[in-house]
Amino acid sequence: MISNFDYATLQQLWWIICSIIGALFLFLTLVQGGQTLLWQVAKTDLEKSLVITSLGRKWKMPFTTLVLFGGALFAAFPKFYATSFGGAYWVWMLILFSFIIQAVSYEYRKKPGNLLGPKVYELFLFINGSVGVLLIGAAVGTFYTGSNFTLDLFNRVTWDYTLMGINLRGLEAAFSLFNLSLGIFLVFNARILGALYLLNSIDLSSIPDLESRLRKNVLTSFLIALPFLLYVLISILLMKGFSVDNTGIISLVSFKYLSNLLSMPHLLVLLVLGILLVVYGVISTSYKQSNKGIWFSGLGTFFVGLVVLCLPAFNNTAFYPSKLDLQSSLTIYNASSSMYTLTTMTYVAIGIPFVLAYVVYVWKLMDSKKLTKEEVINDESY
Amino acid sequence: MDIDMSMVNWARAQFALTAMYHWIFVPLTLGLSFLCAFFESIYVRTGNKEWRNLTKFWMTLFGINFAIGVATGIILEFQFGTNWSNYSWIVGDIFGAPLAIEGIFAFFLEATFFAVMFFGWNRVSKKFHLFSTWMVAVGSNLSAVWILVANGWMQNPVGMVFNPETARFEMHNFAQVIFNPVAVSKFVHTSSSGFLFASLFVLTISCWYLIKGKHIQMAKRSIIVASVFGLLSSSYVAFTGDESAYQVAQRQPMKLAAIEGLYKGETKAPIVAAGILNPKKHPGDDQDPFLVKIEIPYALSLLANRSLNSFVPGIDDLVYGNEEQGIEGVAPKITKGKKAVNNLAVFKQAQKENNSQKAELSLAKFKENQEYMGYGYLETVEEAIPPVAISYYAFHIMVALGTFFPLLFAVFLFYAMKDALTKESLKRWLLPMGLISALLGLIAQESGWIVAEVGRQPWAIYGLLPVKISTTNLAAVNVQITFFMFLGIFTLLLAAEIKIMLKQISIGPKEEL
Repeated sequence: MISNFDYATLQQLWWIICSIIGALFLFLTLVQGGQTLLWQVAKTDLEKSLVITSLGRKWKMPFTTLVLFGGALFAAFPKFYATSFGGAYWVWMLILFSFIIQAVSYEYRKKPGNLLGPKVYELFLFINGSVGVLLIGAAVGTFYTGSNFTLDLFNRVTWDYTLMGINLRGLEAAFSLFNLSLGIFLVFNARILGALYLLNSIDLSSIPDLESRLRKNVLTSFLIALPFLLYVLISILLMKGFSVDNTGIISLVSFKYLSNLLSMPHLLVLLVLGILLVVYGVISTSYKQSNKGIWFSGLGTFFVGLVVLCLPAFNNTAFYPSKLDLQSSLTIYNASSSMYTLTTMTYVAIGIPFVLAYVVYVWKLMDSKKLTKEEVINDESY
Repeated sequence: MDIDMSMVNWARAQFALTAMYHWIFVPLTLGLSFLCAFFESIYVRTGNKEWRNLTKFWMTLFGINFAIGVATGIILEFQFGTNWSNYSWIVGDIFGAPLAIEGIFAFFLEATFFAVMFFGWNRVSKKFHLFSTWMVAVGSNLSAVWILVANGWMQNPVGMVFNPETARFEMHNFAQVIFNPVAVSKFVHTSSSGFLFASLFVLTISCWYLIKGKHIQMAKRSIIVASVFGLLSSSYVAFTGDESAYQVAQRQPMKLAAIEGLYKGETKAPIVAAGILNPKKHPGDDQDPFLVKIEIPYALSLLANRSLNSFVPGIDDLVYGNEEQGIEGVAPKITKGKKAVNNLAVFKQAQKENNSQKAELSLAKFKENQEYMGYGYLETVEEAIPPVAISYYAFHIMVALGTFFPLLFAVFLFYAMKDALTKESLKRWLLPMGLISALLGLIAQESGWIVAEVGRQPWAIYGLLPVKISTTNLAAVNVQITFFMFLGIFTLLLAAEIKIMLKQISIGPKEEL
């Protein structure tokens, strides 16, 4: 069946696969969000150990998903990979740097002789959870606001945005209120998810203080995230978008993303459902003392993420637009791999559900018992 | 196109820096994951808690190493985009696929079961825990499969065609890419060298305990398992090394000439077992390439072509040509390559201007010289030669150490089987030798990496795409800054890792009942 897919179908399918991976990453930023909560919610060494150990059992998941997101984009949309990573150099470098320092922090923080002391590793985790997620949000924001590049006949990228004579190579993404708002929203959404996850995974029966701090944080993070989310959503509905006509010419069109939403009502439904699920997760945790909020808000985040990534790519829209030269903008049709590669990768992708199945199975197996104080004191812990 | 060589060299340096740091930790992960699986299998089979304690001890060291391996690894994947975006576009259609498959099938296996391996002792059954440990080992090594498929393709590009319309290489046969003989020989050689290195690591720490008279039982048990694993893997490394060299000779003759310091090709060529290169030697001159050397007659012809009487081309033959042997020099290739590059540019411009007649004509001319396109970017014939001294010394250090390791493991196994490792006399020679063996293993590992990658120069994709046109259009200062950022953070993390490891080794295994 796959061998009969036409080129456009494969290109669309692969954008959906990349979006699913990206949206899964946004759900898994619960780890990053949890990292930013550490100093706020954990007041004793034991509480810190509980929080870090609980998050530490999952830290590789968002990390691996991010790496897979990069790998899938490389394989399926190499022109985007080359243009964005090579062009918006500093945004990606700083994101990567924040993940490098995260990777060692869990393992090293409590180990004797760790050279830097636990506080520095905790700071590394905080930087990853805040700056890292913020910049990822800003980078995704450029799917809507555009970037400052041109491509030549051989698709070599030239990036041109200077401030005081310095080419900022992508850092200017953080100067856009829209990009920044998306980034801040993601940081606080990750904090909501982090707190919800910790409430679900730790046995808090004998530590009510930690529980109340976590519940309080769910609500405060939500209230901070809300205006940024609203700003992003309203902007998306009102902003001009980068439209592609039948001949491949790209132009700015008013209310493009609103029109995309109306043309693709399933995305509108997913967006509304996603937001409602996030809100329900928060409300059920804050007012009904539920510990299952993570599944609602997590699924909601996944849906919202899917919409955010699919909306600027489908319905004849350029997903990585250039502000400097509209015709250099990337669409899922001009940035993709060849038909042969996409077909081959689609066969490979048949394995993804099996991977997801064992990830879910092992997650359930490991989290069937809540993490207890005793376990952190007596067994392996971070 | 304008080439900023400063940027190219900084990008090169950054890739070398990050890859060499990464390569300190990865081979240990490849091998130690299996050793942990062996130790735990013995525990599950015997039920002896001492084996569990021993497993947990090695797992702790594995975890410390694994974390920094992951930290240094993420930058490698994304560096292709950040510093080498032209490369990413030109070969992304082929090169991206193995990286994505690595993510889907290898990284998730590692990441998922790693949590069980470390935190699942009291959460899952004994057998599921053992299964998880094995899955981490399989996942780690599966990751090596895919990255070496990608690297093997850089050394021996197969299964693709150049598409002038898109100005990139496109995959047309995935099976050829996966079963590329260079990729296969690279994987078996590299992964078995990881097993060997991890065995040396276990040997080193165990020898330290024996010298100090601490945790003797655990050290002896560890040495037995590591010696068996090390002996098998080091023998296999030597065997696959031969196959690897054969592949180099067949597909990358210039690399073989460089690693052997062979300037003038020979029939019945001897191999240089050891020697010091003449630093004043230049390609094309008549000076002897060696100040001193010890040779093994016929061995290079045998290794390169599986025939004692065969001709092995040298650097001069490959650069300046050798009519007698039918070898075309680099100069005519450069001329043809420049024609191809120019005709491709004319074709692309004509396409843009919708001038179909001009496009057709230039495309036909391009196709005449298409296979030499990469040479069109070289300015001099000597540019086609990789750095000889680095390649030569790295290769010979690797081979010398690779020959020594099987002997070392055999001696350790001999004394371990006789239960004589605690003999006082061994403290004077064998145990100190074991103590430094991990360092020697590390030197061999890094040397192997240098042989593979420095020997590939000046090509990113061998014979097709020079490194200097693979970079991002980026001011060198950006890469300089990130170079020092990575140098600083990786050095800091390495120092932390070593200190933590030393502390854990000094604490030793926990005696849990």
